[in-house]
Amino acid sequence: MLRRIAFAALLLAGPAFAVGLPSEMLQDPAQEARAREIGRELRCLVCQNQSIEDSEAGLARDLRRIVRERVSAGESDAQVVAFVHDRYGDFVLLRPPFNAVTAVLWGAPLLALGGGVLAIVLSRRRMRSALVAEVAPLSPEERARLAALELIEEDKRIS
Amino acid sequence: MIAELGHFSLCLAFALAFAQTVLPLWGAARGHSRLVAAAAPLAVGQLLATAAAFAALLAVFAVNDTSVINVVQNSHSAKPMLYKLAGAWGNHEGSMLLWVLILALCGGAVAGFGRDLPGLLRARVLAVLGMVALGFLGFVLATSNPFGRVWPPAADGQGLNPVLQDPGLAFHPPLLYLGYVGYAVTFAFAVAALMEGRVDAAWGRWVRPWALAAWSFLTLGIALGSWWAYYELGWGGWWFWDPVENASLLPWLAGSALLHSAIVVEKREALKVWSVLLALLAFGFSLLGTFLVRSGVLNSVHAFANDPERGVFILGLLIFYVGGSFLLFAIRAPAMAPTGMFAPLSREGGLVLNNLLLCAMAAVVLTGTLWPMFADLLFQQKISVGPPFFNSALLPLAAPLIAAMAAGPMLAWKRARLWPVLQRLWWAALAAFGAFALTLAYAGWRIGPALGFAAALWLIGGALADIVERIALFRRPAAAWSRARGLPRAAWGAAVAHAGLGVSILGMAGMGLATDRLAAVSPGQSLQHAGYEWRLDRVEDVIGPNWTARRATVTVLRNNAVVTVLTPERRFFPVGRMNTTEAAIRTSIGGDLYAVLGEEQNGQAVLRVHDNPLAPWIWLGGAIMALGGALSLSDRRVRVAAPAPRAAAGVKV
Repeated sequence: MLRRIAFAALLLAGPAFAVGLPSEMLQDPAQEARAREIGRELRCLVCQNQSIEDSEAGLARDLRRIVRERVSAGESDAQVVAFVHDRYGDFVLLRPPFNAVTAVLWGAPLLALGGGVLAIVLSRRRMRSALVAEVAPLSPEERARLAALELIEEDKRIS
Repeated sequence: MIAELGHFSLCLAFALAFAQTVLPLWGAARGHSRLVAAAAPLAVGQLLATAAAFAALLAVFAVNDTSVINVVQNSHSAKPMLYKLAGAWGNHEGSMLLWVLILALCGGAVAGFGRDLPGLLRARVLAVLGMVALGFLGFVLATSNPFGRVWPPAADGQGLNPVLQDPGLAFHPPLLYLGYVGYAVTFAFAVAALMEGRVDAAWGRWVRPWALAAWSFLTLGIALGSWWAYYELGWGGWWFWDPVENASLLPWLAGSALLHSAIVVEKREALKVWSVLLALLAFGFSLLGTFLVRSGVLNSVHAFANDPERGVFILGLLIFYVGGSFLLFAIRAPAMAPTGMFAPLSREGGLVLNNLLLCAMAAVVLTGTLWPMFADLLFQQKISVGPPFFNSALLPLAAPLIAAMAAGPMLAWKRARLWPVLQRLWWAALAAFGAFALTLAYAGWRIGPALGFAAALWLIGGALADIVERIALFRRPAAAWSRARGLPRAAWGAAVAHAGLGVSILGMAGMGLATDRLAAVSPGQSLQHAGYEWRLDRVEDVIGPNWTARRATVTVLRNNAVVTVLTPERRFFPVGRMNTTEAAIRTSIGGDLYAVLGEEQNGQAVLRVHDNPLAPWIWLGGAIMALGGALSLSDRRVRVAAPAPRAAAGVKV
């Protein structure tokens, strides 16, 4: 009966946006900046929709440490991401890799734009042909009436 | 007793909505003028009944009636009155009631302001609104009754989530719903037009004010939500590409497109079929958002927790309204003759480009939001789609949109020439290029923010150039003032709204240069960041109305002169046993100084301090955009509908 209704998963999960601890950070500001950029691309797997840089969950903290260890060990950004990717799968990447499953996703901008342009071109063509149809050649009766009118005009001018 | 009265009013509203749906449509089909005329009084009646139900809900929250389940779950006697009342719509049931109340308000407004509408059209619009209300009132009554009782009554409530106890969030849902539900009116106009099989300039003129009003409210609602996330979540971010945020962005994108295409319908009688489709889409996205937020199919930071039964019900409503209207569209639209030819380079052409890009952006956001679900269902693959995807996928669409946005309003109708427009924009282009170069020179190799500043100056400069040209400021300065006063409000509105987006982008670009620093400091110590000295004076206990907190006092100095004193807090709410971080922010024209208090250890407190250049401009820009919408709305030509051909289109019985 008492169904637990929670406005905002915030209530239960308590996302606790990270304040962080200074001891976690790398001494070298350039390396720390790089580690952060990498962290923003990685999902905190147990959170709702946060990167590991934004979450205070234990797993996010562990991943932040792993990223910083790898960065200070001198690995490149791609190597660090690949290390985490190998262990946690595609789900950890906030920028999904391009493959058969995500082809539609990554293709979405082009597909949408292409589809839109096609629709516009087709509708313009349809409109043009509709307008051309509207100014269709006169029927024989109309032509006869026009000729009669022109004759009357001619007569008026002459007389 | 009050709760039962509220429940009764809700049932009454349901019955009235049923009558509002059936009678006018029956009357319109069979030519009974009295049934057609019943639409407006029924809409007003439904509004009164729904308002009574909502008042009853506010009353049980105000007196903290703990025999009502909803109050028990979402309120507490120790909360300040504002949050007791806001708590009434800070939960699923109450917010659905607010949703139907706003829908009823829209119906009442159509009934009240729509006197100039042809009688049959008004009756059909109200009947469609009644149909939407019927579905959602049925949903509330069947699955989400906010007036359910519990016996025995609880001693006190369980409290409202502390992060929601905030003025920003008290007003965020009503504004957002005014936007969402406002599109129900344009939807109703579109469906009514499909029923009649006729869309003309007058239709565009009637739809535009509603599209404008809904868009302005939605813009404000989104801006307020983003601002709330910025100051309340204490992380300094302002947009997370969260599914729930995306759910509000989708109707905004479609609604922005509708706003622009309705202009073409009104002025040139072109893009009629397309505008009808956009009106259906905008409301379809609103419903989709409602479904996504409440069904729990998505993994989101701030969705309502959910229950499959409700999800299925809303999905049914979504399929019925969207599917039904699209079916009607498929049957009727081909019969609507396309009219109004124009050259590709013309005002119409520009607006088509606007629609193309906005809709493509909506398609990308939609795909990005739903694809994780589809990938899971179809391919058993768990993937994440996060901010890096949205940023890189939307940039190629947003860039041409912004580039064209400054030039669009200057193009002539039907057939335009590009060169004179470019001549008017050269100094805006110069400013944009200057901003780009200056950012690169001073902020290092930061392409993103540099492009952002360039885009912002381009838009603001373009809007200025448009107004300068229209009032002939430089060509005939003497007459400029009178020309400015004579300029239609809609032209001012467009320029202000476009400049507002520029202001927002200015803030976003500034935030791209934001920096922060995390450090553990003892009281009396300072840390240096962004040219300021941040001195931690003390950390102490404070007691609020329904919380206790640790509060740090941080004095910010520049060249030994005090700039401001910040007091970030970590609050603890005993009811619900939750912690929140309250960021302390000092806002000024140039940006925000932002401080967050972290954990305390060994007499040291962790402080995170941010320097957020130009941050407030993001939301200020949103307010300016909404102001632009309001200015356009105040234009006489928009407000007063075209003199309706009453004799011809009115009720003929």
